[in-house]
Amino acid sequence: MPLQALDQILEGRRSQPNQLIEVLQDVQKSYGYIPREAIESVSKGLGVPLIEVYRVASFYKAFKLKPSGKHVLTMCAGTACHVRGSGLLLDHAVSQLGVKPGEVTPDGLFSIEHVNCLGACALGPIIAENGSYHHHVTPAKLRKLIETLRSQEVEDAHYDQAQQLPRTRTPAPAAP
Amino acid sequence: MTRLNSYRELEHLRQRLLEQRQTITTTVMVCGGTGCRTSNSQAVIDAVREELTSQGLDGSVRLCVTGCHGFCEQGPVVIIEPGNIFYCHVTPEDAFEIVYQTVMKGEVIERLLYEDPVSGERFKTEGEIPFYKAQDRRILSRNRLVDPCSIEDYIAAGGYSALPIVLNGMTPQNIVNEIKASGLRGRGGGGFPTGRKWAECMEAPGDEKYVICNADEGDPGAYMDRCVLEGNPHLVLEGMMVGARAVGASKGYIYVRNEYPLAVKNSRIAVEQARELGLLGNNILGTSFSFDVEIARGGGAFVCGESTALMASIEGKVGEPRPKDVHTVVDGLYHQPTTLNNVETWANVPAIILNGSSWFASEGTKGSKGTKILSLTGRVKNTGLVEVAMGTSIREVVFDIGGGSANGNKIRAVQTGGPSGGCLPLDKFDLAVDFDVLAEAGSMIGSGGMVVMDEETCMVDVAKYFLTFLQDESCGKCLPCRVGIDRMLEIITDITEGRGRMEQLDLLEELGDTISQTALCGLGRTAPNPVLSTLRYFRPEYEAHIKEKRCPAGVCKALITYRIDPDKCTGCGVCLRSCVHGAITGQKKEVHVIDTQLCQKCGVCRSECKFDAVQVV
Repeated sequence: MPLQALDQILEGRRSQPNQLIEVLQDVQKSYGYIPREAIESVSKGLGVPLIEVYRVASFYKAFKLKPSGKHVLTMCAGTACHVRGSGLLLDHAVSQLGVKPGEVTPDGLFSIEHVNCLGACALGPIIAENGSYHHHVTPAKLRKLIETLRSQEVEDAHYDQAQQLPRTRTPAPAAP
Repeated sequence: MTRLNSYRELEHLRQRLLEQRQTITTTVMVCGGTGCRTSNSQAVIDAVREELTSQGLDGSVRLCVTGCHGFCEQGPVVIIEPGNIFYCHVTPEDAFEIVYQTVMKGEVIERLLYEDPVSGERFKTEGEIPFYKAQDRRILSRNRLVDPCSIEDYIAAGGYSALPIVLNGMTPQNIVNEIKASGLRGRGGGGFPTGRKWAECMEAPGDEKYVICNADEGDPGAYMDRCVLEGNPHLVLEGMMVGARAVGASKGYIYVRNEYPLAVKNSRIAVEQARELGLLGNNILGTSFSFDVEIARGGGAFVCGESTALMASIEGKVGEPRPKDVHTVVDGLYHQPTTLNNVETWANVPAIILNGSSWFASEGTKGSKGTKILSLTGRVKNTGLVEVAMGTSIREVVFDIGGGSANGNKIRAVQTGGPSGGCLPLDKFDLAVDFDVLAEAGSMIGSGGMVVMDEETCMVDVAKYFLTFLQDESCGKCLPCRVGIDRMLEIITDITEGRGRMEQLDLLEELGDTISQTALCGLGRTAPNPVLSTLRYFRPEYEAHIKEKRCPAGVCKALITYRIDPDKCTGCGVCLRSCVHGAITGQKKEVHVIDTQLCQKCGVCRSECKFDAVQVV
């Protein structure tokens, strides 16, 4: 883990315990999750006991303690999406990908996240794929989305093989 | 930009901006709110900009990327002034025609106009569209005047005019009296009189006082705060400045959900711009008033909508509420007197100062003054953000503005107030949008979520949905909420899975009453509302689940089966290929069959079938 980035995040905030959540937000933004080493450095940097940093990092939904897949499917579970059938979408994603919310597929390509509201309620059900929103999603549309992403990956892999490039992969989930 | 050192300099800047804009003959407003961005409005913005440049119109036509216009279902939305011409579902390919025909020649493009789904009539202007016509958009209409990232736009549109008034001539007591007289009540859910809150904070002793804007819109299904903060952040800031002046605060926070990246970005830009102009910082406009605002990002916890939990979160701690024997107006953030209001409440403040309390109170009912923004969603035709005068009936909102049912199904209920609110049946639709009226009926306005439900919505499932949400969001500090909600969810799950017993319904009510009376914070105390209100108005539906093991709406998975209607099935094979569980069999051009043992009821086949042959029984 590049500690330099962490230093930058802590810059100007050292010994300020009230900056804990802001710092963790930035760590999450840089690394995609909160690595164990970061928790330790943040604890030292801000002067907050390790257990307290872990408590905050595990209390708030925004923080992930494990890395996500390459494509994160964020499923909105807001009321407006729910009455338009978002529950079916979640079940479908789970059965098609074979992983539960918060888990990563063994190939590291997909993970599912379940959030309370993405705030585009008028256009529900909403699914965000790496932050880009899809509206009025049906199980059929979701199936196609997953298939498209998969086939893109296969194409990219062929291309990389032809170019003899090493494949970039998300690191395997760290031990909890 | 140079710092403004007096009211006169602010007025000069306004005049200069207005003069600069005199060369502008036409304004093209493209919605850049989250809803329209979801429908790809960024591509429309780029295409229009490119087209204007290539036609050499940069100097005379202003492209304004605005916040949300409210009619999200019709996005991307483009409005052209003068003429108030309203185009919907605009694509990047339409940019040439819009610029060449409408901007340059003043001709209207028929096919981009809004078409009434019932009468087929096309409306040329925003004002004629039924969705907008029945509204009273005191706050939301201001979104279309400004680019949220431009403080110049806000100032040119008359913004920051309330600030000189409160700094020059109004004492803190005068400000508080004006807000009290307006009858403004908190828009975040509680409905507490804002003026009283400010008065208590003003009187509380303390070296440092704080004002906070709650933009941690946790109610799933409501997004009005996001749109106001995202679309007009300076309006919220100005409201906070007025509040800070009244209570004597020198520091403010906007606590905003990190799931709202555009709101975080736009409010940060707004704060920076206001600092540059000296509207935030020391000695604002040359007076002794000093005030600054910081953006604090939330961590995605519903409980942080509760005042004490929110303040703990700003302090960098776990968002757990604490008993409020001493209110936060006396002992709040860092144990100092703190005024916490929600986005919409702050956004109402500048207009009250400018136009007077009687102007504000001219709309609304006896106990609820002004307008309320509602997020109209669910199974209704026109979904989006709606602003109506308090006292408007639910019927008007759902049928006149919302256009009624989306797909011909019968509308049967509306859920208001989110997880703390309740479901009201069709025969209560004449009730008014009013804090006290809805509370009496067992629901609440809450932050303004209004989710419309039809005969394909199962009320028991809705109750289960909210309990699941609340159980997940309970911080776990107090027992009634932590264990009580869990037990209620256990019972409801039994009912939806066919194991329910009639006596459990009474137990649900008893548990609900106990939790409401004993939980520590607002989240817990209101948590049983969705169950209690559905039990009150939709008891027969619970009984159908228990006695007949039947889900009348066809939602609860354990009580339904999927089948293929042999009369409708054409044997096209689409469902067979889409089923990931291998539960569908059949030969090409012959009727297909679902194996109920293998079927996981995921609904893919139903949404794939073009002949409506897959049914739920």
